[in-house]
Amino acid sequence: MSERFDLYRAEHEDIEPPVILLEDVSKDYVGGQHALKNVSLEIRKGEFVFIVGISGSGKSTLIKLLMKEISPTGGHIMVAGKDLSRLREYSVCKHRRNIGIVFQDFRLLKDRTVFENVAFAQRVLETPNYKIRRDVPRILSLVGLSEKLDSYPDELSGGEQQRVALARALVNNPVILLADEPTGNLDPRNSWEIMRLLEEINRRGTTVVVVTHNKEIVDAMQKRVITLNKGVVVSDQRGGYSRAKN
Amino acid sequence: MRKIRTFFYGISQGFKNIFRNRTFSLASIGTMAACLFLFGVFYTMLSNIEYMVKNAETNVGITIFFDEGITDEGIEAIRKEILTRAEVYKVEFTSAEEAWEEYKNTRLSPGLSESFGDDNPLEDCASFTVYLNDVRMQDSLVRFVSGLKGVRKCNDSSAVADTLSGFNKILTAVSVVVIAILLLVAAFLIGMTVSTGVSVRKQEISIMKLIGASNYFIKIPFVVEGILIGIIGAVIPIVVTRLAYVRITEMLERKFSTIFNVVKFLETGEVMKVLIPVCLATGVGIGFISSRITLRRQLKKIEVN
Repeated sequence: MSERFDLYRAEHEDIEPPVILLEDVSKDYVGGQHALKNVSLEIRKGEFVFIVGISGSGKSTLIKLLMKEISPTGGHIMVAGKDLSRLREYSVCKHRRNIGIVFQDFRLLKDRTVFENVAFAQRVLETPNYKIRRDVPRILSLVGLSEKLDSYPDELSGGEQQRVALARALVNNPVILLADEPTGNLDPRNSWEIMRLLEEINRRGTTVVVVTHNKEIVDAMQKRVITLNKGVVVSDQRGGYSRAKN
Repeated sequence: MRKIRTFFYGISQGFKNIFRNRTFSLASIGTMAACLFLFGVFYTMLSNIEYMVKNAETNVGITIFFDEGITDEGIEAIRKEILTRAEVYKVEFTSAEEAWEEYKNTRLSPGLSESFGDDNPLEDCASFTVYLNDVRMQDSLVRFVSGLKGVRKCNDSSAVADTLSGFNKILTAVSVVVIAILLLVAAFLIGMTVSTGVSVRKQEISIMKLIGASNYFIKIPFVVEGILIGIIGAVIPIVVTRLAYVRITEMLERKFSTIFNVVKFLETGEVMKVLIPVCLATGVGIGFISSRITLRRQLKKIEVN
């Protein structure tokens, strides 16, 4: 797989190498359900990609595969230059450090302040305290929450909570930011704020992959859209949600 | 530096876990403490009985009586024969006069003893008292002595030793069974405590896994929690057993001074020298093993997303 990756790089010297590369990836669950069928796609460094599709189209399976929570039943997956099928169990945690992830339900720790929630991501990677004190205010400033360091999640709006989740996902400088329905629980105004923030993060060099149902946002942002249906990539092109579906 | 930081993180989180799951933690500590306290009680009893048997072995000897009319040379020949045996600690001679004098002083009233005048009813009761290094060799020595020329009778203390040894065996068997059951209960409860801790912190662990925390880092607070419960559960019975031992032995020696002038208890230090490391090692071991086993099962159940 890594040889193929090198070959790919040689053939595409002019463009950034893929940070995510799926080759003929299939995933069958016990009981015979085909979640993904021969999916091949590549996402290059610095890209902003939407992954869309109805429920059961294979989006969640794709995220689980990228996080190496499950393994494919066929094909190869490469993330940030590492072949996931060759990863040993003890190396999975190192692989996950390449990916920052945010969810629809934010998943913040309610008993900790905004600062502690973000610092938590660094503490669990055994980052020295001086770096935590330096990085956390910096990243909270990027997401516009410098004034909320000592607030608890319940004291924040949904949009602010999602921004804390983003800060937590970004504080360890991941190669890829994976956002699973990041605007699912937000009103339109907050949804747009989050999307603008994701664009800014992408502009600073992080590859952003957004899994969403939000047609309006996908249409408006005119980014690359990969559409999944019944575990198959049915469309992969630049443009809006509607255009991709047609 | 990183390892030290993680170590202190594990300890602080371990304490927090215990505090968060107060009820389960207290139940685990209580069971562990009860178990190790019982172990302490059984151990002190067993070690004291063993000590007393050992004392009995050296203090209570075999008494050897000679044939009537035996000469001093004959008695000396028997002494030499006995001293050739390795299990013999020492041999003491008691003349017929000494035997009668002691009997009069301890068993007879002054009026009754005077009525005997100069007669010695124990004229043929000169004897050797043989003290042994090891009471288990008593039977073979008795057989050996009984076969010697000039020996009329040989009294041994095997009945006392056998009773104490038998009691010791029963007590050991009972204590092993009770302690094993209690240790299993303690291990189960520690497992339950850790398991509750994991489910309380399910979201936190899930986020840790997402972020890329190592398994070691995720597990360490729970392993520390198990070990801390084990240590606290061991320290309590150590302290209680020590205090109780000092008080009880003092009280028994005071109240039954006649018995305990002869039979002595083990020094507190001698008992604690074994009890402290064994209790701490058991507490730490059970805490470590049960938390590791529980974690292996529980952490697999927590999904990342």
